[in-house]
Amino acid sequence: MGRLAQIGRRLAQAIRKLGSVVLFLLTMLQAMPYALRRPRLVTVQIHNAGVLSLVIIMTSGFFVGMVVGLQGYDAFSRLRQEDLLGAAAALSLIKELGPVVTALLFAGRAGTALTAEIGLMKATDQLSAMEVMAIDPMGRIVAPRFLGGLIAVPFLTAIFNSVGILGAYFVGVQLMGVDNGAFWSQMQEYVDSGDIREGIIKSLAFGGAASLVAVFEGYTADRTAEGVGLATTRTVVVTSVLVLILDYMITSFLL
Amino acid sequence: MIEIDDLRFSIAGRRIFDGLNLRIASGTVTAIMGPSGTGKTTLLRMITGQLRPGSGSVRVDGREVPALDRAGLYDLRRHIGMLFQNSALLTDDTVFDNVAFPLREHTRLPERLIRTVVLTKLHAVGLRGAARLMPSELSGGMARRVALARAMALDPDLLLYDEPFAGLDPISLGMILRLIKVNNDVLGVTSVVVSHDVEQISRIADYCYVVSGGRVIGEGTPEQLRHSDSALIQQFMSGAADGPVPFHYPASPYRDELLGGRS
Repeated sequence: MGRLAQIGRRLAQAIRKLGSVVLFLLTMLQAMPYALRRPRLVTVQIHNAGVLSLVIIMTSGFFVGMVVGLQGYDAFSRLRQEDLLGAAAALSLIKELGPVVTALLFAGRAGTALTAEIGLMKATDQLSAMEVMAIDPMGRIVAPRFLGGLIAVPFLTAIFNSVGILGAYFVGVQLMGVDNGAFWSQMQEYVDSGDIREGIIKSLAFGGAASLVAVFEGYTADRTAEGVGLATTRTVVVTSVLVLILDYMITSFLL
Repeated sequence: MIEIDDLRFSIAGRRIFDGLNLRIASGTVTAIMGPSGTGKTTLLRMITGQLRPGSGSVRVDGREVPALDRAGLYDLRRHIGMLFQNSALLTDDTVFDNVAFPLREHTRLPERLIRTVVLTKLHAVGLRGAARLMPSELSGGMARRVALARAMALDPDLLLYDEPFAGLDPISLGMILRLIKVNNDVLGVTSVVVSHDVEQISRIADYCYVVSGGRVIGEGTPEQLRHSDSALIQQFMSGAADGPVPFHYPASPYRDELLGGRS
């Protein structure tokens, strides 16, 4: 009975948390017009979440692309189908690796920064001060950061994919000797707009989820150093799991 | 200006207010004093509508604060300035931008005029020369003065000060005292000052309330409180370590605890 009660309590806690996330999202959407009337607030956040993540995204994208190139070459050479490397690398990057790895990197670099920033603002009464000044922190602080992440992630994904394809090209064509023309022509042959659409849908969903988790955890963090630290950790853990779950759901829906 | 009747409020099962009543007249400096943890800051948050009472009434300028909707609450807050204990400056903005923040958000003043207003406010707190500094470059006293300039930016009718003297050196403390008094005398601002510092607050307060155990245990002018018959108020006014408010937090017998249950 005690075990059953414990499971019930945990379940109730999870439902309550989910309810508070939905309420938070609705409150943020209500405050969205404030942020949209001040586009500068959003562009600053696109810069913080997007431009400042470029180095890590491009570096990771290039190496992931190179690994895809190596593994792909190894697999296709067994089948004597090395020419398909370009198409395979592009498809795996555009449909899967790009959106997922970009979202995970975003959570680690920009998501944690968002959580820590908002959590610290809360702990030092900056959000309370705004409320007393009759300025809604949801509109002034939270919504622009959410929008910044939501907009930045698809662009970061596109950059990750492009650099990743260059990485696969470098390994496949330059190092392993796959035919240059075949690499690009097979890619053109097999990658269609549906694949790109799938990638865009995923990157938008992951960007929205990662940004929502980051701002929610920051806004609901305890007002202590430990509270902000725990919230930052939760951002990475929750976003990672959520992205993988969403990835399966979207893939199964779109295929 | 502020009327609080039969205020009751609990948080995490702990009763903070248990039938608190007080009145704050327009244009006065009113001190709210009391031991730590008696809910003085909570009271300020009730006045600004950041917290809702369990029961009772909080009226500001005739408006029942807990009954106000979001728009009403924000309208009320535009007439209120608050100085936070930890200053609560926006750490990514300069001193100038911190003071300009409420002006840019709530007015359509051209930037040229905003500059004039901000420099005037900063001049009033003696920090016009620090306009380009970041909050991290300020001392605690300077940050408190910048926060005061920001609280005064929209010329509020009511200024709330949460422990304005805590951690200040004598010079900064004297400046803050003078600014509170000047705001009151010259601009007619109603001031509510939450403070432990009986000696300092007595120099400028028109009226004082002593809050303990969730209710007002004494009130009057600083002079009246000094001559109060209440042992509790006397302990508080004289700063005695022990008295009706015990020095020791409730605990098991000292001997038992030190010997770890062995005697």
